[in-house]
Amino acid sequence: MTRRTGGTSVRLIECAKTFAEGTRALEPLSLDIAGGETVVFLGPSGCGKTTTLRLIAGLERPDAGGRVLFDDEDVTDLPIEARNVGMVFQSYALFPNMNVEGNVAYGLKVRRTPPKELAARVAEMLAMMEIGELRDRRVDQLSGGQRQRVAIARAIAVRPRVLLLDEPLTALDALLRERLRVDIDALLRKLGVTAVYVTHDQAEAMALGDRIVVMSQGLVTQIGTPREIYYRPANRFVADFVGTMNRVTGTAADGFLETRSGRIPWEGTERGEVEVLFRPENAAITTPGEAHLRGTIRTAFFLGDRTRLLVEGVGATPIVVETSGRREYREGEEVGLRIEPGSLLTLSD
Amino acid sequence: MRRGVLFYAQFAFTLAVCAFLIVPVILSIMAGVTVNFFHGITSGITLRWVFQVWDLYSDTIYLSLLIALTCLVCTVVLGVPAAYVLAKRQGRIGRIIEEFVTLPLAIPGLAIALALLIVYGEFRAFRMSWLFILVGHVLYTLPFMLRAVLAVLSTADFRTLEEGAASLGASFWQRFFGIVIPNCRSGILAGSLMVVTLSVGEFNLTWMLHTPLTKTLPVGLADSYASMRLEVGSAYTVVFLIMNIPLLMALQLYGRPAKPRTVVAEEGAGAAVPAADAAR
Repeated sequence: MTRRTGGTSVRLIECAKTFAEGTRALEPLSLDIAGGETVVFLGPSGCGKTTTLRLIAGLERPDAGGRVLFDDEDVTDLPIEARNVGMVFQSYALFPNMNVEGNVAYGLKVRRTPPKELAARVAEMLAMMEIGELRDRRVDQLSGGQRQRVAIARAIAVRPRVLLLDEPLTALDALLRERLRVDIDALLRKLGVTAVYVTHDQAEAMALGDRIVVMSQGLVTQIGTPREIYYRPANRFVADFVGTMNRVTGTAADGFLETRSGRIPWEGTERGEVEVLFRPENAAITTPGEAHLRGTIRTAFFLGDRTRLLVEGVGATPIVVETSGRREYREGEEVGLRIEPGSLLTLSD
Repeated sequence: MRRGVLFYAQFAFTLAVCAFLIVPVILSIMAGVTVNFFHGITSGITLRWVFQVWDLYSDTIYLSLLIALTCLVCTVVLGVPAAYVLAKRQGRIGRIIEEFVTLPLAIPGLAIALALLIVYGEFRAFRMSWLFILVGHVLYTLPFMLRAVLAVLSTADFRTLEEGAASLGASFWQRFFGIVIPNCRSGILAGSLMVVTLSVGEFNLTWMLHTPLTKTLPVGLADSYASMRLEVGSAYTVVFLIMNIPLLMALQLYGRPAKPRTVVAEEGAGAAVPAADAAR
């Protein structure tokens, strides 16, 4: 985990949000975000992640009793324009009546920055986001990726205390998303600004977050580093939402787990009927002699760098296994699986 | 491509309809510039009637322009903020208010005028001034401005634009004048052209509300038809057309932007409301 110092810390104390028509968008949430840290809120739509971001931004007020602190300053009653945050929207929200330069300069102009300083800062931002040659373009003459670069430049030009990104890459196609994600990661590290990033894309969350807050139905289900979330999911929701998880049930005894399709070495303390979970990358296709489990291939997806196999007859639902070998797999073929012993997980809920 | 009988039949029908609408206008214009209409064009072409109209009725033209421009200022000042508030609060109350503001469109101008007379007739000075007519015109044209601006406001994502501006530190007024107003320019322009065109041509209301000293152009026009020679009335029509046709053309050009200016596509702002009165 990389903790960077110097940024503004953000503290949410018992922040809940109920909308006027009675919908509870967020259950009381307390969270400390360290200065310079990047926290990613991850979850399906309607889970409360955007509401949380808007509470930090000042676009929403928490229900009575909730407080939002920037460092030691209580900003709960400050509207967004007084909080000095930078915000990047999924829909970019660039001003169509201004060109690129005008958009980037807007926050500085509103702050009555002296012209010389303003020009220097705008030039710096355009260079940093590599959009210098676009400075005179109108907003509707830009591609999606370019628009988001302008939006980021505009948000960081005012040196915000906290940078808030609301699904900034969702509207872009896969290739651009990947590239901009790398750029955003480098940018956040370089600036050392406290950042809150909202997404429903677990790959984005893994790549960008110092910590990930997984949310579901207005509740935080787990807070942890990407590794903790991935390797030690706290519950079934997190296990299923982040990455792919296979499930196999069996009877645990000393040293092994007996399942309907074979035996897996067992190091756990549970005994009797258990459900174990493992990631696709922790299972390997092997010869029948070395296999722990046996199953039948239902579908094989050739993905180029690897082949993804759906194997039946192992768990209640087909399990997913990936192999990088050049061998071709056919439907109905019998395969042996070897599971990495330390990789088995059990979850109580 | 070979065109069939149907095409030519439709073409002829279209021409016939156009002729039905245009011929009276052309005849009227010709009447306005001939020496004697009953002797026909052979009696000679003259601008005498036009000058006579100018001598007799120029004050009605100035008054019409004054009322139209003041009316425009009023509808912009009232209509744009109202549209903004209605666009922001899209609840049931918002829709009810919108319907109320649009109500004058459904009520005959005479009825509105009568209502105004009943309520404000006692205030002599007000009733005698051109401001009384202005009130009627504002009531009548406000819905057009409101709708035109609302149409633009509801297509672009103004909420997020404003949130973006607010996140950058802009106060409400900075957002309103720096972001909202500039980005609904096309709606304000379409609404403005509509308001001026309607106000210049408005007759029903104005006829009821005017006094001998506060005659607008269309009222003067009716006056001249009733009491002057046909040539003078027709020349008056020519003056009216010279004033209103450029406005109508501008309305056609800018009222429905073919190419959207903003990121989100805009509908033709004034397209929903007929310009029937303006063409009268």
